[in-house]
Amino acid sequence: MPVSDFQPVIGLEVHAQLLTQSKIFCGCSTAFGAEPNRNTCPVCLGMPGVLPVLNQRVAEFAVRTGLALECTIRPTSVWSRKNYFYPDLPKGYQITQFDQPICEHGRLVIDTPQGEKTIRILRIHMEEDAGKSVHDAGGGQSLVDLNRAGVPLLEIVSQPDLRDSDEAVEYLKAMRDVLVYLGVNDGNLEEGSFRCDANVSVMPKGSTTFGQRCELKNLNSFRFLKQAIEYEIARQVDVIESGEKVIQETRLWDVNKGVTRSMRGKEDAHDYRYFPEPDLPPLHVSAEAIDAAAKALPELPRAKLQRFTSQYGLPAYDARILTAERPLADYFEACAGHYTDYKKLSNWFLGELMRLLKEEGTPLSALRFTPAQLAELLVAVDQGTVSANAGKDVLGEMFRSGKSPADIIAEKGLAQVSDTGAIEAVVDDILAKNAGEIEKYRAGKKQVFGFFVGQVMRAMKGKGNPALVNELLKKKLGD
Amino acid sequence: MQLTDLTMLELAEKLAAKEVSSEEATRASLARIQQVDPKVRAFLRVDEAGALAAARASDARRAAGSPAGVLDGVPLGLKDLFLTEGVETTAGSRLLEGFVPPYDATVVRLLKEAGLPLVGKLNLDEFAMGSSNESSAYFSCHNPWDLSRTPGGSSGGSAAAVAAREVPGALGTDTGGSIRQPAALTNTVGLKPTYGRVSRYGVIAFASSLDQPGPMTRTVADAAALLQVIARPDVQDATSSDAPVPDYSADLEAGVRGLKLGVPREYFTEGMDPEVEASIREALREYERLGATLVDVSLPHTKYALATYYLIAPAEASSNLARYDGVRFGKRAQDARSLRDVYTLTREEGFGSEVKRRIMLGTYALSSGYYDAYYLRAQKVRTLIREDFTRAFQQVDALLSPTSPVPAFKLGEKVEDPMAMYLMDIYTLPCNLAGLPGLSVPCGFTKAGLPVGLQILGRPFDEAGLLRIARAYEREHDFFRRFAPL
Ligand SMILES: [Zn+2]
Repeated sequence: MPVSDFQPVIGLEVHAQLLTQSKIFCGCSTAFGAEPNRNTCPVCLGMPGVLPVLNQRVAEFAVRTGLALECTIRPTSVWSRKNYFYPDLPKGYQITQFDQPICEHGRLVIDTPQGEKTIRILRIHMEEDAGKSVHDAGGGQSLVDLNRAGVPLLEIVSQPDLRDSDEAVEYLKAMRDVLVYLGVNDGNLEEGSFRCDANVSVMPKGSTTFGQRCELKNLNSFRFLKQAIEYEIARQVDVIESGEKVIQETRLWDVNKGVTRSMRGKEDAHDYRYFPEPDLPPLHVSAEAIDAAAKALPELPRAKLQRFTSQYGLPAYDARILTAERPLADYFEACAGHYTDYKKLSNWFLGELMRLLKEEGTPLSALRFTPAQLAELLVAVDQGTVSANAGKDVLGEMFRSGKSPADIIAEKGLAQVSDTGAIEAVVDDILAKNAGEIEKYRAGKKQVFGFFVGQVMRAMKGKGNPALVNELLKKKLGD
Repeated sequence: MQLTDLTMLELAEKLAAKEVSSEEATRASLARIQQVDPKVRAFLRVDEAGALAAARASDARRAAGSPAGVLDGVPLGLKDLFLTEGVETTAGSRLLEGFVPPYDATVVRLLKEAGLPLVGKLNLDEFAMGSSNESSAYFSCHNPWDLSRTPGGSSGGSAAAVAAREVPGALGTDTGGSIRQPAALTNTVGLKPTYGRVSRYGVIAFASSLDQPGPMTRTVADAAALLQVIARPDVQDATSSDAPVPDYSADLEAGVRGLKLGVPREYFTEGMDPEVEASIREALREYERLGATLVDVSLPHTKYALATYYLIAPAEASSNLARYDGVRFGKRAQDARSLRDVYTLTREEGFGSEVKRRIMLGTYALSSGYYDAYYLRAQKVRTLIREDFTRAFQQVDALLSPTSPVPAFKLGEKVEDPMAMYLMDIYTLPCNLAGLPGLSVPCGFTKAGLPVGLQILGRPFDEAGLLRIARAYEREHDFFRRFAPL
């Protein structure tokens, strides 16, 4: 059977680092990039005698995320210990949630070529991150950096509802958008603060029994996720085709070779010996706290996208880009309060504004002009005070200097010339110098019209009102 | 009378009256340690410099008219399970030999703030696992009443040091009776507070849901005064209670007239030494004479307590002790050639047999396939045991029982028989499973001159009630005036 006769089944486990200032069970900083072991204390080092104390922000963030993903929030959730030995796991166990996680039974809607699809969320739980080992650092030794130990993580586990790599990527992107919108995660895949594991299996099309699954660990880019899943699907189909059985195991994506390879098999699967964490009482979340968190939820990316198309009449393409990040969407809405040709406003955003932001590497929050000033510029273009092209230069100057558009137009003499007499003089001059071209035009070579327009505009240093230039040229050429 | 013969509060009075300085009292304690500890072996480590510096600071406060509290200047000993910043703390284990903690346990901080000079770290069963102090990796402690016998465990060093008048008081920890049992075997008062009453932060964990630090003293009033210093809600311990802390000394002399005292049937069965039983029966009659009513009560699930305890405590211990892996602190096996070697050799060489036995038990009880049959079932029985007590305390104000089924036994007598050793805690450990406060008060001596202890169990956070009941008996029989023959 070819690959197309098989149905892949995919579930994702997303690990998101929460944007708290301090760690989950102590007061140490969560800042990235500090000198090794700088952000540590007896608690996160797992010294004898230490006890964990929950950072309440972590629970707040978990509840917020659970509500955004339409989960049920458990009034009482329980902490557990997951026991295993690892050099960068200071206590010899990880504090996590096991059989009674804080959030359960949610969903996330994604777009697929067949339309919307709901991916069910099995559970969301909180846990602490481990440190990291640095191998062969000092003369063949391994060193341990525990700065990350105790950094709060949210693990979001989907049901195996995804059916191909594109859906998986779409789900991961949508999840990232939601978490970033909620302000609970920075969505940074490179620094590992947003990463995922994928559970992949295949079954013959039409089957209702899932195949044996493999877990692909630590996929830290959308591209790797897609590649790893596709490789793994093909590999599993090959295994089945050759009459063998897929064995349950954990596999790693080898970025350089473009293959997945076995990390550990079921035979040496850990017995984590979970049991309720005796140092932490069960976590209670009151109905009032859940209500308050629900009321404080921001509009989520998908709802915002739908509103941008309905409220502003924008094409889906524009709305998607404008709502991809909350600051951009907010800025757009601020401008829309001053300027009502939303499609034109969107064009300026998608074109000039985003180009400038990208070229200068400036975040939106650092913009030096106000939404009202941007609107003022667009009105000036509409009214013909300045040409569209000159308007772009004005925006660039606003971007750099923060001056008002009116000041820039005045200072740089960019005001558009709409004086018919002045334009007519230039038109006459250009026509007089190009008798040959006039002949060609009159002989039917209509493209030459553009040449005349260009000449006139150049002579006027771009300030001629294009509509008037066109009109006068046509008149003089006898059209 | 020597300074070391004084109880904590007697010494405090003399300090307050400026009849004696803290430095003198501390030096007396240090001298007494030098004199008798070679025989008793209660101390793993003496911090002479630290104690004397604290004593002089106390004297300076006193001279300036601003003592830090009632016990300011009274020297104290600490079980070597409490982390002390800058002073080696080993939990009685080879694995932690040379470990100098970078921070103080919360109770140590409170003691320092209250001005008590801390003279040293006291011997214990390794990681507090044991009932005789013989599983200390360093040396066994001896019972001051008979040096051929054990002082009990695991806080045996604390009990022996107090009984030998090396220090007027000490702190111990109690996971299944580790404060009360040695107190009973040494003619001292041992109080295990309600779980959550005293912070566990900085106390090396044995079994997190059972451990509780508490005072070990010669008198009930001293226990009340010492508890007053360490009973405090602690933001660093999420299981610490924020229940208000009463004045433990206020009602100490209120007597027992009108109180209903329960005598749990299941605590008076076979296995009890006849002389112990005789002393306890006599104590019960004394309480009746003092105006209390004795009530026959039943705690039907008592027979499961030992099995339950020996599933839950090792399960938690197996996890709590995982951090001793040779990677970051304590000893690391020198011959380790791989990561796996580091773990296995370090733990093989570092842990003693009792600790290994319990890690094995706990690992087994938690492993998949056995969890439901052992750990989970033990938790359910634990709930039943707790409910037994809840029902009993609807009828009575406190429960009375022996603390230990037998008086101090010979060193080496039970070492080869772990089960016999585990039975030593049979009367004490149900209280830990239920999280209740329990106290052992001296109640007489056997013909051979070995102390017997009476156990009083109470409602959650009713330490004041226990102290009052114990004091009523102590007032009639001041056994604490009898000194161990050293
Ligand atoms: Zn920390």
